[in-house]
Amino acid sequence: MTYSLFLLMILAYTAGVLAALMGAKGKSGRGLVALGAVLGAGAGMALGATVIVSGTPFSLLLPDLLPIGGGFVLHLDALGSFFLILIGLVAIPAAIYGVGYTAAYEDGRSSLRFLGVMFNLFLLSMGLVTMAGNVLTFLLMWEGMSLTSYFLVITETSEESTLRAGSWYAAMTHAGLALLLAAFMLLTNGGSGSFADLRVNSAALPATARNAIFLLAFLGFGSKAGIVPLHVWLPKAHPAAPSHVSALMSGVMIKLGIYGLLRVVLDLLGGGPAWWGSLVLGFGVVSALLGVLYALMEHDLKRLLAYHSVENIGIILIGIGAGFIFYSYGLMTLAALGLIGGLYHTLNHASFKGLLFLGAGSVLHATHTRNMEKMGGLIKRMPWTALFFLIGSVAISALPPFNGFASEWLVFQSLLAGFNIPKPELAVLMPVAVGMLALTSGLAAACFVKAFGISFLALPRSPEAENAQEAPLSMRIGMGILALACIVLGVAPVIVVPFLGKVISGLGHLPQTITGLTFNLSLQTPEAFGQVSPTLAAVGLFLILAMIPVAFRIFRVNRGLRLGETWGCGRTGQTPRMEYTATAFAEPLRRVFAELYRPTKELSIDFHPDSKYFVESIEYKSEITPLFDRWFYDPLLRSIRFVSRQVQRLQGGSLHLYLVYIAILLVILLLAARWL
Amino acid sequence: MTGYVLEIAQAFLALLLAPGLVGFVHWLKARLQNRRGAPPWQPYFELNKLFGKEMIVSTNASWLFHLSPYIVFASAIAVTLLIPLIAVPLSFDSVGDLLLVVYLLLIGTFFLSLAGLDPGTAFGGMGASREMTVAAIAEPTLAVAIFSLAIGAGTTSLSRIVTGTLANPGVTISPGHMLAFAALFIVTLAETGRLPVDNPSTHLELTMIHEAMILEYSGRYLALVEWASWLKLLIFFSLLSNLFVPWGLATVLTPAALAIAIVTLILKLAVFAIVVALFETRIAKLRLFRVPELLGVSFVLALLAVTSSFLLK
Amino acid sequence: MPSLLQKIFRTGIVTEPLCPDDTETVQLVQQIDESVRRLLGRALAIREVDTGSCNGCEIEIAGLTGPVYDSERFGIHFVASPRHADMLLVTGPVTHNMEVPLRKTYDATPDPKLVVAVGDCAQTCGVFKGSYAVAGSVDQIIPVNVFVRGCPPEPADILRGILTALDRAPRK
Repeated sequence: MTYSLFLLMILAYTAGVLAALMGAKGKSGRGLVALGAVLGAGAGMALGATVIVSGTPFSLLLPDLLPIGGGFVLHLDALGSFFLILIGLVAIPAAIYGVGYTAAYEDGRSSLRFLGVMFNLFLLSMGLVTMAGNVLTFLLMWEGMSLTSYFLVITETSEESTLRAGSWYAAMTHAGLALLLAAFMLLTNGGSGSFADLRVNSAALPATARNAIFLLAFLGFGSKAGIVPLHVWLPKAHPAAPSHVSALMSGVMIKLGIYGLLRVVLDLLGGGPAWWGSLVLGFGVVSALLGVLYALMEHDLKRLLAYHSVENIGIILIGIGAGFIFYSYGLMTLAALGLIGGLYHTLNHASFKGLLFLGAGSVLHATHTRNMEKMGGLIKRMPWTALFFLIGSVAISALPPFNGFASEWLVFQSLLAGFNIPKPELAVLMPVAVGMLALTSGLAAACFVKAFGISFLALPRSPEAENAQEAPLSMRIGMGILALACIVLGVAPVIVVPFLGKVISGLGHLPQTITGLTFNLSLQTPEAFGQVSPTLAAVGLFLILAMIPVAFRIFRVNRGLRLGETWGCGRTGQTPRMEYTATAFAEPLRRVFAELYRPTKELSIDFHPDSKYFVESIEYKSEITPLFDRWFYDPLLRSIRFVSRQVQRLQGGSLHLYLVYIAILLVILLLAARWL
Repeated sequence: MTGYVLEIAQAFLALLLAPGLVGFVHWLKARLQNRRGAPPWQPYFELNKLFGKEMIVSTNASWLFHLSPYIVFASAIAVTLLIPLIAVPLSFDSVGDLLLVVYLLLIGTFFLSLAGLDPGTAFGGMGASREMTVAAIAEPTLAVAIFSLAIGAGTTSLSRIVTGTLANPGVTISPGHMLAFAALFIVTLAETGRLPVDNPSTHLELTMIHEAMILEYSGRYLALVEWASWLKLLIFFSLLSNLFVPWGLATVLTPAALAIAIVTLILKLAVFAIVVALFETRIAKLRLFRVPELLGVSFVLALLAVTSSFLLK
Repeated sequence: MPSLLQKIFRTGIVTEPLCPDDTETVQLVQQIDESVRRLLGRALAIREVDTGSCNGCEIEIAGLTGPVYDSERFGIHFVASPRHADMLLVTGPVTHNMEVPLRKTYDATPDPKLVVAVGDCAQTCGVFKGSYAVAGSVDQIIPVNVFVRGCPPEPADILRGILTALDRAPRK
């Protein structure tokens, strides 16, 4: 059964690649490419679900495929299955969405063929990463995932900013790969690369090696996940990619960094001292705060969403970090709480961030701009997109009864349980983390009021927004699936939490079955510290909402309604120029956090030549350079360029000079071979 | 079964008391300004009048404008079903704890801000932006204050925090509780739009935070939104009183105990109304960009509260 | 704080009771329905519109919310947006520039609504009659319920005018 599902997955993706190669133009061509992706992702989901439900992992050994390093080994256990299901959850709607979205690429400026091939290969390599059973397979598929996503990011080759974004992405993902290589080399320590062997052998490694492996793996996987300070590629690459690819990258690919972290640290290394968890938690808090703070200041809709991905990865790491800390002190039930909270948020983030990116793509498709300041009034012109984007915004702001609330509640509870930690110095940091998490949550709500309100409400601010059309059916179906997922995941945590319990049971020293977290219609944490029932809350809210119009009828309230002009203090006209802008909306928060942002301000006023009391025009420009760009990456790039310029002197350009270089090098090598 | 009926009756009681509470505050302020003022039951007349008037809706507005008042009102009522007003333990305790209460209130703020942006006026946008700023910066204090209460009681469930305080009266004067009370009092003033954060009786749009978002609402929508904001004031006052000074709450469901509970609730709310009225007469409104400093002070108080309740556990 | 409280308690309530008046300052032009009177009688929200007045009437109206005249005791309060208002309190001769805003304010007020025109300028354009800047008196732009004559009328007269519109004015 599982073998046939696996074969179906491979075949479907290959069929998608072939359909793309044979010419992906026209609705049927794009549809076939999407069909391959949908079938492949669906087969993957079914495979993952089977593995989790049955409890037996799926293995496939192909040692002859690549004779070095132990060959090609696939071993899909519960943890990998979860991420495989995650891939399917976002890939299916994204692929359906892509049918309508990629119609815009048929004008020939970007290669539809290439896009289709790389899309299917991207999904295939991500699936195989979750199934990897030894180091070689893992790293190969990881690199495959990075390469295919790079090509996907630079699809729109006509834009120069896209190509630069792609270069940033390629450089950072390979820097991460270098760190991962070092980590795995230390882990294998010259022995077998298979995960099963590593699990056993890792206990024998000395403490310094384990710490080094943890740090390298954390930084390497963290750069893929997008933790601060290694997040800079995210806000560049995600806006540049086509929207359904952005949804996949943001919803799924960065989560594979989380997968890698859990796999290496919890599964292979078997956990470590408490400072590991504290480091993860600390980075999580910083990423969450900085991510949302920079998202607040953005007017590019997709870059705003990319920064929110950084924030949510931070929240996931908070949950996982808390889990690691409890794990190192042997409080296994609380560790499960933290890990389940982190994983639940992974699932939720994939669904609502995927939804939001697809919505942003829909807006981009209709208005040809990502700039929020040029949008407005879209709720009347694109009602479905607006509804789906609203669902995504409410979900990401962690408002009950949608899914963001359930997972943030779990993460809060895991932090609140922090007073159980034996060490007071560590435990006292938990309230700070609670405060920062709450601040992040509030700021995210503010940011999405801005994002939804300015883009969709009021009057259109540009002719493009005025002439916007609703998205085609395939795009609406894609968004609708994810919106449904947001609602279901929010209202039914009673199904999701036991599922996640099965995912983490048995990892490292975690017990085979997690007890202490009870669920009927409500989620209850260990020792009944907290209890909440999003299901009943949703039912209650709905009932109360429905009763209000009934009450109006019973008490015979005046039901008169008249349409009129917006009250503009008696002004003779209302134009879009009089509306609030995104910059203005974020201004109070910009002032509050000015020390962090350090915005630069340029104000130039042109006066009428006759009198200084009449102003002809005012130009206001404000710029915020992100913290890490200014203090870390710009100096780094400057020094790299400086060194490169010095090395460039060696390139004389003359063939004779190069022949002399070769001769000198040959002599040095011969001498070295002689002496070693 | 009686527990559920009681909770629903409790929500109705809160609905009925909320306009009276706000009316009492206004009446007190009027008397402190040496004038007669409207009677304390004036807001009931206001609601009656608003429900009898027609509504005018802007042509720029969308379905969100129509939906928001219902959501704001429904979320406020949902909160009254979850907080201990007259009896503990609550039957709906398994549905929500203190964290759910905080986020339900945030739903109201979220949708009201969106409704402020919808008609496309500059004042609505300004109100929305300021309201979300204040709400976002007040969140950490709320969460950390909840943490300090939860550590003391060993749970975030509202009923159990209250029963814990009833069983262990000495915890009321513990530094953790008193600091948390101070922090939550400042947050109450911020979230309910009272001085020094927001002037509820201002007519100058540039000084408005909450009022600015509802300038376009009329008729029954305005009635719903106003009633919801009065309900929010009642919710915060009753949380402050019943979490920190819970004596008077009925622990058994006998008519005598319930009657005492209702009387005690009204007395506690009256005390808070007097304190707020005196406060508002004495102080002036803070500049908007000073409000984060005030909320920062409340955050520090909350952190001190949690550290002390932690160390004294 | 204590000194402030002392001062408050020493001063006491200074509100003067509203006496009935038999001079002709208040003129009821348009009677309102019984149903409207019942709806707006106990809680009235007023939006004040200045259509080019010299602000003499505004200063008198400002005294209405003070401790001496205290319009709030009758359930009257002032609001910022006409959407919240039940009554428009209009002052000044309607200038050309304020004609359209006055009409828009009237349209922006939900039904049922009342209009009280305060001051001689509002009824007859007062000293500005015939000026190039004046469009006409208030009742030529929007329907008026009550005129309150005077230049400027006393706050008590204005209050009596408002209450006459609600048929709550004190009678002898």
